[in-house]
Amino acid sequence: MYSEKVMDHFNNPRNVGEIENPSGVGTVGNAKCGDIMRMYLDIDENGIIKEAKFKTFGCGAAVATSSMATELVKGKTIQEALQVTNKAVMEALDGLPPVKVHCSLLAEEAIHAALWDYAEKNNIKIEGLQKPVNDIEEKIEEEY
Amino acid sequence: MIYLDNAATTRVTEEVFEQIKPYFCEQYANPSAIYSFAGKAMSAVDEARKSAAELIGAESNEIYFTAGGSESDNWAIKAAAELYKDKGKHIITSTIEHHAVLHTCQYLEKQGYEVTYVNVDENGVIRLDELEKAIRPDTVLITVMAANNEIGTIQPISEIGRLAKKNGILFHTDAVQAYGHIPIDVNEMNIDMLSASGHKLNAPKGVGIMYIRKGVRIGSFIHGGAQERSRRAGTLNTAGIVGFGAAAKIAKEKLEENAKKEIALRDYLIKRVMDEIPYTRLNGDAVKRLPNNAHFCFKFIEGESLLILLDQNGICASSGSACTSGSLDPSHVLLAIGLAHEIAHGSLRLTLSTENTKEEIDFTVDKLKEIVARLRSMSPLYEDFVKQQS
Repeated sequence: MYSEKVMDHFNNPRNVGEIENPSGVGTVGNAKCGDIMRMYLDIDENGIIKEAKFKTFGCGAAVATSSMATELVKGKTIQEALQVTNKAVMEALDGLPPVKVHCSLLAEEAIHAALWDYAEKNNIKIEGLQKPVNDIEEKIEEEY
Repeated sequence: MIYLDNAATTRVTEEVFEQIKPYFCEQYANPSAIYSFAGKAMSAVDEARKSAAELIGAESNEIYFTAGGSESDNWAIKAAAELYKDKGKHIITSTIEHHAVLHTCQYLEKQGYEVTYVNVDENGVIRLDELEKAIRPDTVLITVMAANNEIGTIQPISEIGRLAKKNGILFHTDAVQAYGHIPIDVNEMNIDMLSASGHKLNAPKGVGIMYIRKGVRIGSFIHGGAQERSRRAGTLNTAGIVGFGAAAKIAKEKLEENAKKEIALRDYLIKRVMDEIPYTRLNGDAVKRLPNNAHFCFKFIEGESLLILLDQNGICASSGSACTSGSLDPSHVLLAIGLAHEIAHGSLRLTLSTENTKEEIDFTVDKLKEIVARLRSMSPLYEDFVKQQS
């Protein structure tokens, strides 16, 4: 069902983890739907993304798209990172099954959310960046 | 490979396969034919019918062979609704039925029937008080599964049968997961119709039965021939039916022994998982559960990722997870027992057979521990949880 690239990024996800004091961090998705992505970015004074890390709760495709998205934005300028669309993530993974296309949208959204956080922290406006849809329930009931 | 998905399907055992073999190349006659060549095939079908009946305390002529559990469920519900439409158009079922029942009920709702979906408790046991209250003068059918296919909870079928009988309502049970695995007696339990499937019981796929109590006059579902006393048309699937009978006969002989063996292994599996993997929930009733079923939710992780990683370790398992079914919603059964969506997403079903060993279970739990830990280390939900704790 998954391409070899998807399986590779699921089995050996690149850039899993957190960044301490990140330049920007964004969390998107919804636990109800079964996918949550959190992306951390470290952006230097020239606006270059030095480091990208992620954590994801979700299916194989959700992990693989997060992994690929971090790979695609690393070393890029903010404007270049904005060009990393869901289509670009999908193509880099040699495609996704139709029911998993939403995972690539989530990856794009995670990049935007992290950049939005960076812009807010630095009180700047990033050309072409919309406020991301932030649609997750952070609360987890303590029922155990 | 370690096969732990016996609720999905089972292996045809050599013992069963040996009995089926002659009915492909040698005894290929259409059992309904008049010449003597067909005689052996027909007597094999009769023998199988007898075994299928004896397993549930029924008479041979109350057993009808079908193409499987889904057909039997469709037949029972649609034909009962049709038969009693002048008496009433109300059906009672539960919220945790298999889709073969739920979707059939939803189909009937579109045809003008009313359906009450009775709730279950947190272990997945139907609420009998709610069921009793749901009964109305125009109720014509109660259909409740004998045991749940996901979480393995065994339903109080005798009590439901008693309620149905007291109120003069037909009672159908989908026994696909229960038939041959737990004791069922259609007379003691007042069951009027029962669906079962061969491939959950070491028989081939594509064959099932419907038990219809003598005197229950529901009509045909598959039209076109005089087979099965004109109630189910279609050339008899001799090999499949023989396989069904062989498996039913073995199941009757070994029911207690098999259940005992599976329960010991199941409880060992459950204990190890619950002791060794934190933030885990056992779903379904601890005692009133199918001998071969273990079902868990692992908090903070998602089921499909878990299944892929188990598969990479040679372990076949399943999940009620949304991703595997192509829908975004988690299992209706897990939501019905009151789980939050994000917890329901992290589910895992392991269903055993008597062929599984303790070594296989140990290997599986060892791998499961590693996999759950790995997925949690990647999970933002777990990260938040850990931060809240500190």
